[in-house]
Amino acid sequence: MQDKTLKQLADGLANKEFSSLELTESYLEQIQQQDEKYNAFITVTPDQAREQAKAADALREQGKAGPLTGLPIAIKDIFCTEGVKTSCGSKMLDNFIAPYESTATQKLKDAGFVSLGKTNLDEFAMGSSTESSYYGPTRNPWNTDTVPGGSSGGSAVAVAAGLAPAALGTDTGGSIRQPAAFCGITGLKPTYGRVSRWGMIAYGSSLDQGGPMTQTAEDAALVMNAIAGFDERDSTSMDQPVEDYTASLSQPLTGLKIGLPKEFFGTALDDGIRSAVMDAVKQFESLGATVKDISLPRTELSIPAYYIIAPAEASTNLSRYDGVKFGYRCEDPTDLMDMYTRTRSEGFGAEVKRRIMVGTYALSAGYYDAYYRKAQQLRRLIKQDFQAALAEVDVIMGPATPSTAWNIGEKSKDPVAMYMEDIYTLSVNLAGLPGLSIPCGFKNGLPVGLQVIGNYFAESKLLNIGHQFQTATDWHTKKPNA
Amino acid sequence: MSLDRSQVETVAKLARLKVEDQEMDDYVASLNSILELADQLQAVDTEGVEPLANPLDAAQRLRADKVSETDQRDKLQSNAPQAEKGLFLVPKVID
Repeated sequence: MQDKTLKQLADGLANKEFSSLELTESYLEQIQQQDEKYNAFITVTPDQAREQAKAADALREQGKAGPLTGLPIAIKDIFCTEGVKTSCGSKMLDNFIAPYESTATQKLKDAGFVSLGKTNLDEFAMGSSTESSYYGPTRNPWNTDTVPGGSSGGSAVAVAAGLAPAALGTDTGGSIRQPAAFCGITGLKPTYGRVSRWGMIAYGSSLDQGGPMTQTAEDAALVMNAIAGFDERDSTSMDQPVEDYTASLSQPLTGLKIGLPKEFFGTALDDGIRSAVMDAVKQFESLGATVKDISLPRTELSIPAYYIIAPAEASTNLSRYDGVKFGYRCEDPTDLMDMYTRTRSEGFGAEVKRRIMVGTYALSAGYYDAYYRKAQQLRRLIKQDFQAALAEVDVIMGPATPSTAWNIGEKSKDPVAMYMEDIYTLSVNLAGLPGLSIPCGFKNGLPVGLQVIGNYFAESKLLNIGHQFQTATDWHTKKPNA
Repeated sequence: MSLDRSQVETVAKLARLKVEDQEMDDYVASLNSILELADQLQAVDTEGVEPLANPLDAAQRLRADKVSETDQRDKLQSNAPQAEKGLFLVPKVID
């Protein structure tokens, strides 16, 4: 069953070819047999999964099953799941049992999804390689010496290695799209505010967005149908009607106007990725699309703007970890200040501390205008660049990443070198736009991702484009070790 | 702008973090390389540009001031490092 898409599994359940319990058991067995190699999961929840699967099968017996009832899914360990350890990849939350359920995972449950467990991530989602987790690095199934990307690396590997048919990820600066590209799967970062952030552990609150990581665009549409929507409990949730994301998948792409930003094809880009992306663009032309050269002039400046804004927001969000109400507390504190300082110094890893310090500095008296305010002004200019481009074209295409997966350890000592790898994804979060990454080829046996960026709330259009590409090509069907 | 050791110590203190002596050189170097990257922003003319806080320029939504959550004190305190009689315990603050 591990070679079937979520859609095929949904059809199999509907036709009673297998039960949800049989399906769930087969994935639990895969996780047990294979995850030692990959370290994709922090926590597996077999008992809960079996219970949910049995309940799903009972609903089907009663004729009450919905289109998604009984499908297994893996959850990035950044979503609070009631009664289950929710660690965010940190020693700080190693003992934290979430007392409530996030809106996104509650919506998955309501749709009948069966949760297999919680996947590995960079600590507090701060990273591009899933190496900074307290639970050790996750390995890329295409080459276990390489990173899977990050921060949603565990979710990407679970899907790529057939340990789960779909997964939930989050994307603050590329954390869905970049691991999707590195692992050869499909990943959608929705418009900011489309999927509720309630119960999603906060990193950069004006940037964070949850979304699906799947084998196909069609599968991503199915997951979006479950998780999208307005939420009273998320103060930045957008009150916009939710579409059926599968409704327009089959629309032809005739007349689609694609913009290629020249800044996405500069010297930073690997030649193998460039040629895979240009081949994909030719494929779209043969499907009836037209191509136009455009410019997003501040693409490079999105790196410094992001690496001020995200750490600034992180430094405030992570001030809640003080050893008082939940999470780690240091041994035998002598006084309150000693407790705060040792709890945080022992509970956080190096990259998290670095970002907290950068953010603290950027927000401190005398530096706020030069760093934080300046970065937010640049953020508006970046948004305006996208708006000007999207007035001329329907979607923007380019590579998701400048290089393919690098070796574990290769960049972990040089944070700025790692930040530079986010060049094509950060600006999309700064502008709050939706972005899709789909597999479009290989370089030396490692997957390459094509990024498609659309206007606000254009998720259906992006998934339609992804589905049409995947109907015409077979990159998304390639599996590691096959 | 660049940071020396004592400035890194000050920032760490503001963030309630302690940088150990053997880590200090690493933090000074990496924080300075990040700030060097951030300094690219200074060259951009942003005169008159309104800062963008919410990417959709959405205003903060208000809600009615009424009780919406039930009392879950015991459940929430089950995660506390130290709690007693409904109170969170911390080291002594006042002599």
